[in-house]
Amino acid sequence: MAKKIDGNTYTLVFAAGMVVVVGAVLAFLASSLSPSISENKRIEKQQNILYAMGINENDKTSVKFVSKEKVAETFDQYISKQLVIEGGEIKEDNEAYLIDLKKENSREKNGEIRRLPLFIGEKNKGEKIYIVPVRGKGLWDAIWGYVAVDKNMVVEGVFFDHAAETPGLGANIKERFFMDDFKGEYLLSKGIFKGIKVKKGNADPKNLDKYDHEVDAIAGSTITGDGLAAMLKKDIKRYLPHLKKLNESWD
Amino acid sequence: MGLNKKDLKLIKDPLFDNNPITVQVLGICSALAITAELKASIVMSVAVLFVMGVGNFIISLLRNIIPSRIRIIVQLIVVATLVIIVDLVLKAYAYELSKTLSVFVGLIITNCIIMGRFEAFALANGPFRSFVDGIGNAMGYAVILIIVGFFRELLGSGTLLGIKVLGDPIEKTGLYAYGYENNGFMLLAPMALITVGLIIWVQRARNKNLVEDR
Repeated sequence: MAKKIDGNTYTLVFAAGMVVVVGAVLAFLASSLSPSISENKRIEKQQNILYAMGINENDKTSVKFVSKEKVAETFDQYISKQLVIEGGEIKEDNEAYLIDLKKENSREKNGEIRRLPLFIGEKNKGEKIYIVPVRGKGLWDAIWGYVAVDKNMVVEGVFFDHAAETPGLGANIKERFFMDDFKGEYLLSKGIFKGIKVKKGNADPKNLDKYDHEVDAIAGSTITGDGLAAMLKKDIKRYLPHLKKLNESWD
Repeated sequence: MGLNKKDLKLIKDPLFDNNPITVQVLGICSALAITAELKASIVMSVAVLFVMGVGNFIISLLRNIIPSRIRIIVQLIVVATLVIIVDLVLKAYAYELSKTLSVFVGLIITNCIIMGRFEAFALANGPFRSFVDGIGNAMGYAVILIIVGFFRELLGSGTLLGIKVLGDPIEKTGLYAYGYENNGFMLLAPMALITVGLIIWVQRARNKNLVEDR
């Protein structure tokens, strides 16, 4: 037996067989589960967009989204328009929230024109909230999110998420205490875009100063914080001229 | 098939006197990386428990037909496949949980305890005993992870499972009213190593058999 097991032919056949079996099992599982996985992802996007504009089921300290069952209805209720900006053109597109920013970023890298999805929400009648998707780099992998701003470019709310930041450190960008700090921060100073920095040094830990373009950083996550600030600056800036135009034509 | 004395030993040994982290010093990397909060420690423990129990079982079933020259590759494939299956199923049926777990997928595959048990135990023992051995070692790993996670989250952030047990550090309530401050250093990896070191110290002080001869 031992001889047969260690032969070259047997080893090769075993390896080939193993690859076929494992490959088949994984391929079968992946394809049979993929509809419900993509459905989950679609629901998550709607939940995240609603969260950024302040529609959620948060209790005191935790992050709670609008429930899965209600999300489609709530999304239709609060998101009045979904737009896609391509070049200088602005079009309506009811599936704009499905646009993959990662693909758009690589499109831009290849010199093609990227699409910019933009969502317009209405919480109180007549007051428009613009929700901008952002995507950037953290320490280990991608970070992304949604930033909701009002017509004066004051942050209404944010949602952040990440692929693989360190648990307990960088991963805390998706926690309430961090995201809530952004509420009410001004993105513009005398008409000039400043962005929001994630600042170390405890300058304003209670975040009382909303005009300082800073929020308090999370201990032990310098690179995630810097990446987040860079992401906000770069991605929101793209929308500035368009937001300006939209504001003029509607107000 | 019940558990006889020998099987019980398979579970008890790795919990205390032959603990994979504090005695064999395996799986240290993930123990340092993810123990900044208790929840992550628990999730990681459960994931390793599953992968190790089932993985040990599968390797043991295959032990007589695996060619010895490629056995390490076969072991890796089994671990990787199990982890991907867990990840896919969670993504489809427990999306929230899968988001918490996603970070650990890579870490589970590289966990030396798993490969170590495949190599040292499952290749030489029957499926049932291998399963028990896998569970035992995973629990030994879990105990240390949870102890370290408990102290790091409590002393570093003043919370447990995200609940503020010591009061609010910004509003200065609870313990913070008396001038207590969180120790931010506890959140960084070096303090995890020191915490594991302290556990090893306590363990060896209580059990002199573990101390090496000089």
